[in-house]
Amino acid sequence: MTALASGPAGPSAGEPEALVTAVIDDVAVRVPVNTLIIRAAELLGTWIPRFCDHPLLDPVAACRQCLVQIDGMPKPQPACAIGLTDGMVVRTQATSAVAAEAQAGVMEFLLINHPLDCPVCDKGGECPLQNQAMSSGRPTSRFTEPKRTFPKPLALSSQVLLDRERCVSCARCTRFSDQIAGDPFIDLLERGSAQQVGIGDGVPFDSYFSGNTIQICPVGALTSTSYRFRSRPFDLVSTPTVCEHCAAGCALRTDLRRGQVMRRLAWEDPAVNEEWNCDKGRFAFTYISHERITEPLIRDREGVLQRASWSEAIAHAARLLAPALEHGRSAVLTGGRLTWEDACAYGRFARTVLGTDDVDFRNRPASAAEAEFLRSHVAAAPLGPTYDEICEAPLVMVVATDLEDECPILLLRLRAAVRRGSTQVAEISPVATGAQRKLSATRVNATAGQEGAVLAALNAFPAGTVIILGERAATVPGLFEAVGARIAAGARVAWLPRRAGERGALAAGLLPGLLPGGRPLLDPAARAEVGRAWGVDPSLLPTAPGRDAAGITEAAAAGELDALIVAGVDTRDAPDPHALRAALAGAGVLISLEQRHTEVTAQADVVLPVAAVTEKAGTFLDFEGRARPFPAADRQSGALTDARVLALLADEIGRPMGAQTVAAVRAEQVGLGRWQAGSATRSAPPPRAGRPAAVTGAQDAGRLRLATWHTLLDAGVLQRPEPGLAGTQRPAVVRLAAATATRLNLTAGSPCTVRTEHGAITLPLVITEMDEATVWLPTNSPGSAVRTALRAAHGDEVTVEAGHAPVVSS
Amino acid sequence: MSITSGLTPVITRDWATPDLFTLAGYQRTGGYSALRTALASDPASIITLVKDSGLRGRGGAGFPTGLKWSFVPQGGNTPRYLVVNADESEPGACKDIPLMLIDPHLLVEGVLIASHAIRAGHAFIYIRGEVPEAVRRVAGAVREARAAGLIGRNILGSGVDIEVTVHAGAGAYICGEETALLDSLEGYRGQPRLKPPFPAVAGLYAAPTVINNVETLANVPLIVANGVTWFRGFGTEQSPGFKLFAVSGHVTRPGIYEAPFGVTMRELLDYAGGMRRGSRLKFWIPGGCSVPMLTPDHLDVPLTYENLQAVGTMMGTGTPMLFDHTTSVVKAVARWLSFYEHESCGKCTPCREGTAWVADILHGFEQGRGERQQLTLLNDVCSQIAGRSFCALGDAAATPYPAAVHHFPAEFHAATETPVDVTFDPMLTTVFAAAGRR
Ligand SMILES: Cc1cc2nc3c(=O)[nH]c(=O)nc-3n(C[C@H](O)[C@H](O)[C@H](O)COP(=O)(O)O)c2cc1C
Ligand code: SF4
Ligand code: SF4
Ligand code: SF4
Ligand code: FES
Repeated sequence: MTALASGPAGPSAGEPEALVTAVIDDVAVRVPVNTLIIRAAELLGTWIPRFCDHPLLDPVAACRQCLVQIDGMPKPQPACAIGLTDGMVVRTQATSAVAAEAQAGVMEFLLINHPLDCPVCDKGGECPLQNQAMSSGRPTSRFTEPKRTFPKPLALSSQVLLDRERCVSCARCTRFSDQIAGDPFIDLLERGSAQQVGIGDGVPFDSYFSGNTIQICPVGALTSTSYRFRSRPFDLVSTPTVCEHCAAGCALRTDLRRGQVMRRLAWEDPAVNEEWNCDKGRFAFTYISHERITEPLIRDREGVLQRASWSEAIAHAARLLAPALEHGRSAVLTGGRLTWEDACAYGRFARTVLGTDDVDFRNRPASAAEAEFLRSHVAAAPLGPTYDEICEAPLVMVVATDLEDECPILLLRLRAAVRRGSTQVAEISPVATGAQRKLSATRVNATAGQEGAVLAALNAFPAGTVIILGERAATVPGLFEAVGARIAAGARVAWLPRRAGERGALAAGLLPGLLPGGRPLLDPAARAEVGRAWGVDPSLLPTAPGRDAAGITEAAAAGELDALIVAGVDTRDAPDPHALRAALAGAGVLISLEQRHTEVTAQADVVLPVAAVTEKAGTFLDFEGRARPFPAADRQSGALTDARVLALLADEIGRPMGAQTVAAVRAEQVGLGRWQAGSATRSAPPPRAGRPAAVTGAQDAGRLRLATWHTLLDAGVLQRPEPGLAGTQRPAVVRLAAATATRLNLTAGSPCTVRTEHGAITLPLVITEMDEATVWLPTNSPGSAVRTALRAAHGDEVTVEAGHAPVVSS
Repeated sequence: MSITSGLTPVITRDWATPDLFTLAGYQRTGGYSALRTALASDPASIITLVKDSGLRGRGGAGFPTGLKWSFVPQGGNTPRYLVVNADESEPGACKDIPLMLIDPHLLVEGVLIASHAIRAGHAFIYIRGEVPEAVRRVAGAVREARAAGLIGRNILGSGVDIEVTVHAGAGAYICGEETALLDSLEGYRGQPRLKPPFPAVAGLYAAPTVINNVETLANVPLIVANGVTWFRGFGTEQSPGFKLFAVSGHVTRPGIYEAPFGVTMRELLDYAGGMRRGSRLKFWIPGGCSVPMLTPDHLDVPLTYENLQAVGTMMGTGTPMLFDHTTSVVKAVARWLSFYEHESCGKCTPCREGTAWVADILHGFEQGRGERQQLTLLNDVCSQIAGRSFCALGDAAATPYPAAVHHFPAEFHAATETPVDVTFDPMLTTVFAAAGRR
């Protein structure tokens, strides 16, 4: 129920909201005071027609479609903007001729200049204007004058197009962009009947959230370049799904036509994404049907990959794995994109079939300190802190993540919470960002890599504070100790990985020393529980913690691994892509489970194709730890899940692990449940990785610390091909503080080179409010492949100088 | 006994003084003495005084001024603002701009007293940008007053601080609507705001704000100087005081005629020298084009809020327009609708779509292309706008046609066949015609 805001701060928790009794269409309702008439009528099953109203936007009462009669008021009133007070008597179109006539009049006005586009309009068939014209309009038109026209369509961005003559000026799109997204790049321009939505000169609608405006537009005025003219709603088969990109866990709806994904929409989940998603989740899906591997491949004697049948490929893989099985010298590397069920299968396959604990899902800069933190604070943790809990926290302390780039929906949820005054946000960061502006967040400055020291030095936090800890925390020295101290002092922590599958992989035990549900590998009780669930003798489970991703990479490169199973890994994500390539080359046998060709499949001995997210059921655990199960949107593809492929392989090897259907894995895991802390005999923390300690004191002028993260839209493989989306990427730049630029004799806009012993990146310089000892680069944007070019991670030392190479914008 | 007729120069008493617009000229006529009185009194007592006087807003709605001031929350140290609506853009309204040109210090004095009364530390005067002379005059007066210690910190040693800022609008009738004016003043595109919250609670920069018309504020120093009994000695119980009736149209001497409320149009027409030579009054509108028209039958209706309402129209801005027999009522209404169509801000559907539609149909009539059934359609469309739109501009746009067709149905019928320029020679209705012909 949306009530009108009652002041700067909403009613505080616990304080009971006053109830009022009012009468709508002769029926008494008892609702919280100021409940909007339009919402209260919904409770009674009465749909008052509307266009500008949206439950998550501030009312404007502009379209006048929702007019109703209120006793004692001479004129009909907008139901979307008036809150019920005690004793109010309201009549809707159901019982009031005045209301019905007022609504019919407004509908007539909306239609007189509306084009007869329905047969070619994307919205046709699911259009609130069509539907409400049927319920509230007159059957014939009395308008004989020429209709208003505009040149069409107008590109608001490379992604969003506008057909102005279809617009009903409801201002939903503009209010969304201003209030919800904080990206007021579109606005209503001109006046009277020339009023139209538009953008500023040369300032396109490059918002990460622009797609939401298309979805909430009550007519077909806003369309996307990717869906425009491609399908009709009644030809689509729709399935409620979950986004596979980041750890926000957005509910989506996936629409297919003849087995092809046509579009994705944000779907409603009040506890998670409300009704929004980001443009990546909405538009980055064409990879699913682009250049897929459809058959198993086997490398022949000449070293060429040849197509093979499933039975042939599985038998071949089993043969190749034989030596590794004998010595247990094998390892499993997965990226962060697996479903939880598939991750569980990899964990079980490694421990019971391969007999190894060398497993890691962290194909990215990682550290032993992070692994230990994840094992002890996250892997077995129950749900929470949840979105709702975070939004009610007295203080949200954001560390080592950029919410807009790395978890856009958490940004929107927090922004809404800040706007209604229920929380406050602070961020420890070297850079002033758009996310901080949108959250009215206080920035606590920290040189890149010093976030731990800064967090440790801050005053005590108010009780109930939530710390949001991002992916790059892994490479910040001392940060996990500082966080641990805050937890001991009562703070809660939300670990915010960047990818949808990371939390699930952790819960599945894809980390050395960790069994499913956060169970310690070496704990006898844990081993017994897992052994029972898997139907194996616990003594056969690995008896010592294995290697992490860095250890696996090193061992494989040194020829110490007989077999390496790799799933969903992009070499360019690795902390050192060159080292990973060496590992792939050095492994005795390389087996790749993949959807599309990659650098891994190019070196693999056997390639086993697996299902994309739309082709299978599964579950992602979002950053809250909330299970986000989804059914297959495409049931016809016949593609196998990773888990099914592993089950076939296990059968062939003779160490069966059951059918590993989604249902079977879920049943197995539900039976197992979470490890109940307290019975934990935690493995002793492994020694902390020897990353360089924070640097202090004088340095060379050009020696700076690197701050870097992935921007939401970048060179990521799952975002291609989708030129419309790519066009709204933020251009890759180098960021420096003004003082640093002056010290180094660099000017804004000129090429600037960031260098390590391994290579250099040259991009135009943008002066930014930020730490003076830090330089910022996007991790993986066109022209800025930080890991490949510099082999550096957040917090590492780099050199900055004037760039001589011409700046190529790609 | 109330004075209800006769020319009564009160506001306009010294308008013949050539240097009235200067501080020296204004002070020679006793200017700024009311400010001294006000600064020496408790703000609440000034509100009571204005309340008791019965002064009603001269911007068009006639809202009781003292009551409006009393809505402003007085506690705490939050900023409060006074905003002067000097956007006078209504066709026919021409009283605020002459006042600002001739007697800008009277406005400034009113602004200072009103600011003191509501404890506003800053007043903004939003002046119609198309009249740079008025902007310059008022800005000049503010400058002079500031130099003389009448504006700024510790005014006349009273300990009261009031800042005054003059702001020019940029050409939109809607920016005279008080909440659109606030948006415009804040630098946004001028469109009316959703109420509540009302400006008295959250207005300019979300702070408590009073918005008053220029003429309204010009009354304030006079009330402070002369008292409630004196003020109520003019006009009627419900319409106390006097009014700048700006008479325009086909009269011999158009101009501002100051008279107590209750004066009749017949008397005002007399002062204006009657209809121009050889012409007959056809219809007239008491206050700007936004209120329904009347006919010669109504010449003896006392011009008060209550009497005008009783005959189905309104006081509006109190600036009568009179039209003689050379005027095509169809053409006049079509012109006004063109104005509303052009000035509709576009925010709400009925006004955005409806005014354009009505204007289109009326232009058809103007050209003799009207159709009989469209007369009902026009009535329907107007009734779909009136009372349904977001702000009063829509209501105003729906006003001219129903009254016109009620009084002059035959003319609209004729316009289904003959272009109005054939029936009414457009040359005859011009000012030059009066001078040049006969
Ligand atoms: C479309 C429109 C235009 C208006 N223009 C003016 C104007 O130019 N000057 C004015 O004083 N009031 C104007 N008003 C009335 C104001 O909204 C407001 O009622 C007035 O400024 C209040 O002042 P008062 O109480 O002193 O009359 C306009 C109202 C509307 C709806
Ligand atoms: S484009 Fe759509 S959402 Fe935006 S104002 Fe127009 S109708 Fe409303
Ligand atoms: S916010 Fe994350 S989960 Fe939601 S749509 Fe975007 S990428 Fe997907
Ligand atoms: S009635 Fe509506 S469109 Fe017309 S000026 Fe007012 S708000 Fe704007
Ligand atoms: S839905 Fe109420 S005015 Fe638009």
